[in-house]
Amino acid sequence: MQKSLHIDPNKCTGCMQCELACSYENYGVFNISKSRIKVFNFEAAGRKVPYTCTQCAEAWCLHACPVEAIKIDAATGAKIVLEATCVGCKVCTISCPFGTINYVHDTGKVQKCDLCGGDPACATACPTGAITYVDADWTGLEKMRQWAGKTDTQPRTSA
Amino acid sequence: MGWARKILRVDLTNGTTKSEQLNMEWAEQYLGQRGLGTKYLVEETDPKVDPLAPENKMIMATGPLTGTPAATGGRYSIITKGPLTGAIACSNSGGHFGAEMKMAGWDMIIFEGKSPKPVYLWLENDKAELRDAAHLWGKTTWETEEIIKSGHQDPQIRVASIGRAGENQVLFACVVNDLHRAAGRSGVGAVMGSKNLKAVALRGTVGVSGIKDYKAFLKATTAAKKVLADNAVTGQGLPKFGTQVLMNVINEIGALPTRNAQDVQFEGARNISAEAMHEKRPGDGKANLITNAACFGCTIACGRISQVDKGHWSVQNSPKYWGATGGLEYEAAWSLGAANGVDDLDGLTVANMICNEDGMDPITFGATVGAIMELYTMGVLTKEQIGIESPFGSAQALIEMSHLTAEGRGFGKEIALGSARLCEKYGHPELSMSVKKQEFPAYDPRGIQGMGLTYATSNRGACHLRSYTVASEVLGIPIKTDPLVTEGKAGLVKAFQDATAAFDSSGTCIFTTFAWTLGDLAPQLDGACEGEWTIEKLAEIGERIWNLERQYNNAAGFTAKDDDLPPRLKTEPAKTGPAMGLVSGIDKMRPEYYELRGWDTGGVPTADTLSRLGL
Repeated sequence: MQKSLHIDPNKCTGCMQCELACSYENYGVFNISKSRIKVFNFEAAGRKVPYTCTQCAEAWCLHACPVEAIKIDAATGAKIVLEATCVGCKVCTISCPFGTINYVHDTGKVQKCDLCGGDPACATACPTGAITYVDADWTGLEKMRQWAGKTDTQPRTSA
Repeated sequence: MGWARKILRVDLTNGTTKSEQLNMEWAEQYLGQRGLGTKYLVEETDPKVDPLAPENKMIMATGPLTGTPAATGGRYSIITKGPLTGAIACSNSGGHFGAEMKMAGWDMIIFEGKSPKPVYLWLENDKAELRDAAHLWGKTTWETEEIIKSGHQDPQIRVASIGRAGENQVLFACVVNDLHRAAGRSGVGAVMGSKNLKAVALRGTVGVSGIKDYKAFLKATTAAKKVLADNAVTGQGLPKFGTQVLMNVINEIGALPTRNAQDVQFEGARNISAEAMHEKRPGDGKANLITNAACFGCTIACGRISQVDKGHWSVQNSPKYWGATGGLEYEAAWSLGAANGVDDLDGLTVANMICNEDGMDPITFGATVGAIMELYTMGVLTKEQIGIESPFGSAQALIEMSHLTAEGRGFGKEIALGSARLCEKYGHPELSMSVKKQEFPAYDPRGIQGMGLTYATSNRGACHLRSYTVASEVLGIPIKTDPLVTEGKAGLVKAFQDATAAFDSSGTCIFTTFAWTLGDLAPQLDGACEGEWTIEKLAEIGERIWNLERQYNNAAGFTAKDDDLPPRLKTEPAKTGPAMGLVSGIDKMRPEYYELRGWDTGGVPTADTLSRLGL
């Protein structure tokens, strides 16, 4: 079964455990500036929203790459960057409509979420369930369940 | 190791900065943050220094767990001599600033001297420079953060700044970071203002590395997070209700100081409680509380994000107060509310916003307003002097006084002195509800006896965060003790004081101790830091820090006489509730406490005690 990162901003408290986990998983350091998932704070609205690559089926970054440095991980469906091939041209960063692939000055390559090979560290670290890793075909299941619970709440009238 | 091993020393007088190695021998003895910062202050300054003179220093210090995934590992403290108290000041703040400082590669920043003109420190990893702050002077903390971020074209910068209160050296000015987190007490913001230092702006992309044993560390932090999640207070109560969960509880046990501690129960408590924050208000049909929020690394998330009714009389013409922002914590809801007999929830929220906006400690501010309202009721202060009719219960007076103080106008200049100096000036020093000139917070020592000893002996003046015996006396953590008796409280206070000093030096938040003991902290430090970190070692470090702070205060001129409560708490019995008829038994507890501490009857650590602790 293909799985997908699922984000529920209403549950996010902005604690940054996801960013710490991402940086440690990928770089062995606690450094949120290296995190591939970012938590945004919309102060006046009182909202925190974690955001990262959603792994488009027809990925703009993959199609735009002139050196074919972005491949699909067959096991997870993640679009992954082959660092050895990447030339750091940044065309993918322009083509991505969501801004979730970014250039890394230190390495001269781009980076993006690779789903940690199928066990995303951010989802494991999230203390509130704002980030989960669920059946890719059913990312809406929890929301459906919540709405389902609101239907048919009248007392039963017939046997 | 958890430490970055680097200190930034900023000479404001000469406008220079330099990097130094952290003294690792001291780190071994004082851990970090509160303890280590205090050690540096003690070694480098004269305890008799005028707190607002250039010779005083201001230290921003992180702990070894700051910036790591340890739950709540985002704290930093400001250590200096406090202008409100004249005692050691150490104010702790969450948010994201502390973690950013650590990720920029610094354990501490030591500010010395006084800049000839307003400046802010811009620190990007190892690049530090003092920049002109003429364009920021006169701005609020909210404006300052926005101007710095847009000026640098970097929304990821973290800022700690003073508002107009700090610039004007309001004696209870605080330093605000991330818009609504604050190093709140004792006037550390006034020290910053006295140095012409408007803000510290950070960007850290180095990160925290060199953890002693990553595997052991992450195992320990994961286990400790589970302890927090499984605990009823840290796992459910605090995220849902915040610290405000206490309002109704403390009122019911008759320990909610009301109308300048004339009463111990407030008839309007329900209206300003956590429960009320969840309810839809009549005005716009919305609840005061928008959501909860976490500081960096925190898996508890007790923070309140609130929004007031745009139609509330106090904000109708002020759109800047219409958005969601930091809401009421228990201490602020008490100080702005019960202490003044005000039960207008949105009104309190607005007063709290003003405190955040211009950087004032709401505890001292609110308690000072309470004293003013009592002086007004007695006819000692008049409407003409204050600028507004100020009877107990007036939200209008509260909010007007917030503006006056924040902006340094009119009677606000007198409020800026805090209640001790103000009451003294008007001939009624006994009406200041303070110890060492710092106002006590939201727990009445007549109804929670241990808190009386806590306030009286707190090294930074009256404070709940130095030994939160409420945990034991009210909540039964770690064991339930009777709040109405004095027996056993000396030992309880000492144990809490020592453990708290260790937590405050680690980089984690004291609220973890509703669930954690030193037994939960030790393995996290042991995984992160070089050396061996045991419960016993941490308890000893805590005791060492406590005695170091005590020695500083003694050298600054404090004596046993200053370890006392306002006369009201010792002579006017609680009028209602479970503590009815009781006064504080501070005079019974104090001698026992000194003895347990290994101090003489004058409150001075004996030679044996000092040598045992290596002081």
